[in-house]
Amino acid sequence: MVQQLGFLKETPSQTAGPYVHIGCTPNFSGIAGVYESDLGIAMVNDKTLGERITIRGRVFDGTGTPLRDALLEIWQADSNGLYNSPSELRGAADPNFTGWGRCPTDMETGEFVFETIRPGQVPYKDGRLMAPHVTVWIVARGINIGLQTRIYFDDQKAANDQDPILMRIEHKNRVNTLIAKRDGSAYLFDIHLQGDKETIFFDV
Amino acid sequence: MSNIKPETGAFFQRDRQWHPPAYAPDYKTSVVRSPQRALLSFDNTLSEITGPVFGHSILGELDNDLIHNFAKPGESAIGQRIIVHGRVIDERGKGVAGALLEFWQANAGGRYRHKREGYVAALDPNFGGCGRTITDDEGYYRFRTVKPGAYPWPNGVNDWRPAHIHFSVFGHGFAQRLITQMYFEGDPMIWNCPIVRSIPDKAAIEQLVAGLDMNNTIPMDARAYKFDIVLRGRRSTLFENRMEGN
Ligand SMILES: [Fe+3]
Repeated sequence: MVQQLGFLKETPSQTAGPYVHIGCTPNFSGIAGVYESDLGIAMVNDKTLGERITIRGRVFDGTGTPLRDALLEIWQADSNGLYNSPSELRGAADPNFTGWGRCPTDMETGEFVFETIRPGQVPYKDGRLMAPHVTVWIVARGINIGLQTRIYFDDQKAANDQDPILMRIEHKNRVNTLIAKRDGSAYLFDIHLQGDKETIFFDV
Repeated sequence: MSNIKPETGAFFQRDRQWHPPAYAPDYKTSVVRSPQRALLSFDNTLSEITGPVFGHSILGELDNDLIHNFAKPGESAIGQRIIVHGRVIDERGKGVAGALLEFWQANAGGRYRHKREGYVAALDPNFGGCGRTITDDEGYYRFRTVKPGAYPWPNGVNDWRPAHIHFSVFGHGFAQRLITQMYFEGDPMIWNCPIVRSIPDKAAIEQLVAGLDMNNTIPMDARAYKFDIVLRGRRSTLFENRMEGN
């Protein structure tokens, strides 16, 4: 016998189900008056530093149908590359930028939209800079454990080419599934759960 | 939160055998919504080690009381009154302070308040079905609600969900983000449910079943169920690779 390590097991995930909006965005789902407003609907205010950007897109299932019952959350650094988190020890992030946003996909079109700012660069653990990116987390009916991925930007090619995470992707023809494309005044980032265009999801 | 020293280590690798696989064909919706390629695995970076935290100031007085937070003044939701309480801890057994929990559920008859919901059971005009709370300095939480009913859903011809409460949990890092469901001790429907059965290990399923806790009932008022939630643990940063130039 040896001493027991004594670690617990993480609580298993279960699908968010079709009614995730009741719990996470009740005002959006038509339940008014319980919370003043839904959490995560505004990431910026008029004092937020940095370049305003819009990221929009849809989440497609394996048949090419957009999900109209999904919920997306994003998490990103401020314009100086600092996270608004107690675990951020490198400095104080912009107090006018939460870094966290939440958006249900539109119940008709399936579109999500985030009004945010362009993130600064954040160092990888060896000190190299990661390219500007936004972490994405997707839950919905039929998704048994939240899917995590990243949004990079197509106009940051030099930084993307040096990004430690993008560089470790073996199949280079899939890297573009993580890169949002400039589309007018917004960035377009469609997510594909399955198929030829399947987005790269992370185990991190 | 102010007296708690922030931790900055990477999280333990997630045991994906313990969680349900993305593709669970008996849960039909998962068939076209499950990624089929290998996930890209890498150790946490700052983008996963950090995460949003929420202050108690976001909470309204009735946010943790589903019996009253949607009810007309002086009225209350119909159903078996229960307290759900427990502790959010991590895989090391440490309490997770300041964790935001959001929960949602059907009413006592099994009906959700949602425009897409088609079950014939009646809406309760005094029940909204959502609530939230934030754990205290040691990770404890509690809220009051009515016990949700079981409900049928279009999957098999005659599939019913066991009574359950959905939970969304934020820890201290975005890599701890979790959505799950709590079930109730003694419910025979648990073991028939294709969503429950997407979890391969019986012990993992049992981790989602809250125990009836008669010690924490309120006599003549509400029974209690105890539901502890475990989030990913963090490595110590003592011997982590140093950043270049440090
Ligand atoms: Fe449900």
